[in-house]
Amino acid sequence: MITKMNHVSVFVLNQDSAYEFYVNKLGFKVHTDAPIGPGMRWLTVCPPEQPDLEISLMSIEEGMMFKGAAAKQMRELVSKGTFGFGVFECNDLLATYEEMKTKGIVFKKPPTKEFYGFEALFADDSGNWFSLGQKKN
Amino acid sequence: MKKPFEEYPKFYLYKRIVQTKLFIDSHYAEKIDLNTIADEAYFSKFHFIRLFKNIYGKTPHQYLTKVRIEKAQEFLQKNHSITDVCFMVGFDSLSSFTGLFKRIVKHSPSVYQRQFFQRLEQIKDVPLGFIPNCFAENKGWTQNSNFQEEQ
Repeated sequence: MITKMNHVSVFVLNQDSAYEFYVNKLGFKVHTDAPIGPGMRWLTVCPPEQPDLEISLMSIEEGMMFKGAAAKQMRELVSKGTFGFGVFECNDLLATYEEMKTKGIVFKKPPTKEFYGFEALFADDSGNWFSLGQKKN
Repeated sequence: MKKPFEEYPKFYLYKRIVQTKLFIDSHYAEKIDLNTIADEAYFSKFHFIRLFKNIYGKTPHQYLTKVRIEKAQEFLQKNHSITDVCFMVGFDSLSSFTGLFKRIVKHSPSVYQRQFFQRLEQIKDVPLGFIPNCFAENKGWTQNSNFQEEQ
């Protein structure tokens, strides 16, 4: 039986910029940053309190996982905010929102009480968006 | 009707507490007087500590220690000496720094640094050993891609 997820991919436009966003703004920890070859870099980060879930920041480049026009199409889709990749959790949404805004992070939706919980939506530097929810007590 | 964030009760308190948290994040290397921080945030010391702990799950002092140890890990990864790192993150005494580091990280600073560079060498020698097979088949990930277009 499957017991847990340990890797998930987020496609980004630029790995250096994604590093700045996920590590220096969100405070995620670098798990592995390995050059694989010319123009290829395996970069994974983890949420601060979840060291066993690696988020692989995959650069959308022709010749890596995408061939031909697929890379261009994928870059366009990501930058247009087509993809929502997941839900992050925090202890206090209002405080986290205030801090992230101070750091220049763009929110698509401010903290809002919905019938399913208290959530906000933010986008990363590439255009991928995430829900941010407050841990339920 | 949904309320905008700014209309939530005690919104102004959040702003002040977040500002103090960000102050600690950027001034961890200095001597931080928590009384001064509480004064600047217009709180009594005890009210400030209670609010901070409610939001971050740690007292300001515990949070400062956490930031200092995390920064120490970053500096050790950049190959600074343990003595330098001790003072770079705001500790006065090498023995208190190493003791606290070991208690929190579970390894002494020297062991932590050695293990970090050993892993870095392993990554350099066999990078594909650190990548799940689904992402990179043995000889590289340009082959057998799941995302290739039909030719």
